[in-house]
Amino acid sequence: MTSTLETSNLTIRFGGHVAVNKVSCTFRPGELTAIVGPNGAGKTTYFNLISGQLRASEGRVLFDGTDLTKQSAPQRTRAGLGRAFQLTNLFPNLSVAENVRLAVQAHRGVHYDMLRPWMVRRDLIERADAILDSVALSSRRDVAATALSHGDQRKLEVALMMALEPKVFMFDEPTAGMSVDEVPVVLDLISKLKQDSSKIILLVEHKMDVVRSLADRIIVLHNGQLVADGKPEEVIASPIVQEAYLGIAPGRSAA
Amino acid sequence: MMILSGDRPRSRILSVLLLVIVVALAVTPFVFPGAKAMNVATKICIFAALVASYDLLLGYTGTVSFAHTMFFGIGSYAVAIALYAIGPSWGAVAAGLAIGLPLAALLALGIGLFSLRVEAIFFAMITLAVASAFLVLASQLSWLTGGEDGRSFTLPELLRPGTVFIPKNVLGTAITGRTLTYYIVLVGSAAMILGLLRVVNSPFGRVLQAIRENRFRAEALGFRTVFHLTYANCLAAVVAASAGALNALWLRYTGPDTTLSFAIMLDILLMVVIGGMGTIYGAVVGAAVFILAENYLQSLMGAASTAAADAGLPLLPGLLHPDRWLLWLGLLFIASVYFFPTGIVGRLREMARPQAEG
Ligand SMILES: Nc1ncnc2c1ncn2[C@@H]1O[C@H](COP(=O)(O)OP(=O)(O)OP(=O)(O)O)[C@@H](O)[C@H]1O
Ligand SMILES: [Mg+2]
Repeated sequence: MTSTLETSNLTIRFGGHVAVNKVSCTFRPGELTAIVGPNGAGKTTYFNLISGQLRASEGRVLFDGTDLTKQSAPQRTRAGLGRAFQLTNLFPNLSVAENVRLAVQAHRGVHYDMLRPWMVRRDLIERADAILDSVALSSRRDVAATALSHGDQRKLEVALMMALEPKVFMFDEPTAGMSVDEVPVVLDLISKLKQDSSKIILLVEHKMDVVRSLADRIIVLHNGQLVADGKPEEVIASPIVQEAYLGIAPGRSAA
Repeated sequence: MMILSGDRPRSRILSVLLLVIVVALAVTPFVFPGAKAMNVATKICIFAALVASYDLLLGYTGTVSFAHTMFFGIGSYAVAIALYAIGPSWGAVAAGLAIGLPLAALLALGIGLFSLRVEAIFFAMITLAVASAFLVLASQLSWLTGGEDGRSFTLPELLRPGTVFIPKNVLGTAITGRTLTYYIVLVGSAAMILGLLRVVNSPFGRVLQAIRENRFRAEALGFRTVFHLTYANCLAAVVAASAGALNALWLRYTGPDTTLSFAIMLDILLMVVIGGMGTIYGAVVGAAVFILAENYLQSLMGAASTAAADAGLPLLPGLLHPDRWLLWLGLLFIASVYFFPTGIVGRLREMARPQAEG
């Protein structure tokens, strides 16, 4: 049971505002945990604390038995934490293929090679193309990332994380703003990932039907605090969720 | 095409333009053997390399540095002081390089690690401060640098103008130590530019572009961007210092005005912008256009002014008077930046692209 991800008493304050408040939680391989909560609950901030974009005011992040709390974002990525951002975060003027190729390059540890032309590394290009194929973006490979539709940008965002082949996948509302026909590609991808029992998957998602179909476990954040944690049916049925979360975004597929 | 690292000009006009520049530079000693033409051609070679190394920073990583002339000066002073102190020998040249290039790299490493962690503006301010301090230092340490007067020195025998290899007969020009020096400058500059082209098209260079586009995301992919930026800074510094060394060999002199002054920094900025940032080729085109304009605009205007006066035109003779050349140069720059915001190379490539993305 070494390769778990654990946060203990994880806390961050912005001035007087406590955005994430003493969150202790353990995530295990082979488990998809949905993180839900109203807007501003601290879900994205929690992710930022785990993947290193923000440093904790208190508490610790442990992964694979090592303490990551003091490590930088690049170090945590190399340790196996992968992140797809809520606000699309790409290399806007580089091509779609180049965006993914860079992620593959990072993952393969090709960081400071300055003596060979990049095209010589066919393996990186081919791997990037395979990943683009898996998110149905092959036809757009030579377009600048900024020229993609919103939905395609979300898919590219996910593709960058896939290219890193992480041990922990952190999806932050991967389907937000996507059109109905684009959503299944991403959901299929997540389902496929779930079949690999060595992966830890964290999914922030507002759509309750998505959560219900994918999650093995749900945790609820509210005002920065962990207020519920358990099996999907139990958590969804609990009064605190009904009030704090579903009250705001009623699940239309409740039946 | 591996000599260009797979990064071809991507515009027929640009290819022709580059070819014309390279061929013209290659034949200058035979076709335009005059002292002025030779000086202009040498300056184009040296500045093309210097500007290309600046493009590695500005165009590819998006960091603004004001210390580039300092590195240029370090290379220049190192060779000058070594030749002055040790005497005219190849050993002295080697000693100058052996001290100057690592010194430039170390200084760039220090500045980079210290200030590239944080926002880009901090790096810009630090480079400005360090470069100013260096300029003051170079003028004050007269015993070493010759102060404001700089250092004149004698070259190794092979490079001296008085050394004649082939007397006046090839196309009416003699091949002398001066010719050899010119070709050392030309080949050295070309090698540096091709080397930079390789670097920017390497996996490392691709990361630099990623950092320019979105540093936060590059970090999230696992790249430790401080190191990429710092290495780029060191590399740019070493190339600038090497260009400085070539400059010293050509001028047989090094002083604050020929290497360290902020006027040169401004020229570098203008050349990279006019040529086209983030292209390397832009450095060659920018240097050629700028230095030709700087040197020949005045005489061109003189001719135009006299012609206008002869034709009895009002106002024009005064406007075109050679003393107004700086005004016209300024206008030329404003116009070129306005009409070619992506530089000459950027514009030519846009024109050559079949059609824009729909
Ligand atoms: N860098 C920051 N500085 C100050 N306050 C911040 C910062 N980042 C987040 N916050 C605050 O922390 C709180 C939690 O924000 P967060 O983005 O984590 O919410 P969220 O649960 O992801 O919401 P949403 O569902 O809208 O994405 C908000 O009140 C936000 O304003
Ligand atoms: Mg969020």
